Amino acid sequence: MRYSAEVTVKLKAGMLDPEGTTIKRALEHLGYFPDSVRSAKEYLIELEAESSDMARDQIDQMCQKLIANPIIHDYTIDLREIE
Amino acid sequence: MSIAIVQFGGSNCDLDVLHVLKDVVGADANLVWYKDADLSDYEGAVIPGGFSYGDYLRSGAIASRTPIMDSVRRMAEDGKPILGICNGFQILTESGLLDGALATNRYPKFRCEWTYLRVENTNTPFTSGFKEGQIVRIPIAHKDGNYYINDLGLENLEENNQVAFRYVDEKGNATGEANPNGSRNNIAGISNSEGNVVGLMPHPERASEDILGSADGLAMFKSMVEHC
Repeated sequence: MRYSAEVTVKLKAGMLDPEGTTIKRALEHLGYFPDSVRSAKEYLIELEAESSDMARDQIDQMCQKLIANPIIHDYTIDLREIE
Repeated sequence: MSIAIVQFGGSNCDLDVLHVLKDVVGADANLVWYKDADLSDYEGAVIPGGFSYGDYLRSGAIASRTPIMDSVRRMAEDGKPILGICNGFQILTESGLLDGALATNRYPKFRCEWTYLRVENTNTPFTSGFKEGQIVRIPIAHKDGNYYINDLGLENLEENNQVAFRYVDEKGNATGEANPNGSRNNIAGISNSEGNVVGLMPHPERASEDILGSADGLAMFKSMVEHC
């Protein structure tokens, strides 16, 4: 089976997010006043796996070993089967 | 006695460190390309500054997962002195050889300027040439130098005397204004619990000769060579 995953990596709650803060300030200059803006990075990963559980497990390992830094990041995996 | 200076694609302070170690200190030092993953013949290693792998993903993350870092880890376990400067500090935290992480500067700007540092711990192979509490002038050049560690980790670092350098003002006070990046407790550099692995964001190699405006960083390389 072929799977596609959207992996979202963001700074842990409470950690300073200078990128989000800067964007919030820019939005205020444009007349928008959101309560908060947090930034995140998204990675799109496609892979072959025997099942969705195995695909998710592999991507989870990728996140833990490289894509996210557990000291400062949380991540989510949105997985779906593709053609 | 030979020191390896580890080069990755994107390292750019490697030749500066080589110059200081060879030409200024008179040590035996060699550049080692990251694919030559065996460092067992070396007595110490420096991971220099730069932008390894373009700092894609996170500063230092990709370099920290290369096989040469397994060799650096073995050196560290053997008690050999390992120094990470700027990107090298980021690589050492990403590889787990040092605690914490380097996040984006509080004001998200690349800062390239002189800073004052207070030497907090002289019990490492890189700081034994300083006096405790000595104020030194060494420049920074980074965007991701905001040292982060959680509360418990910070407490442990401070209690175990693992803070090597702190950003201070000219008089030696660790004020908010003297902190260029938002680092916790003004931390500029730390060591591992054994003291043989040290990482710092400032660039001692850029302050190792009077002609550069300061020679305060030279003691780090001299100390290292004495311990190799």
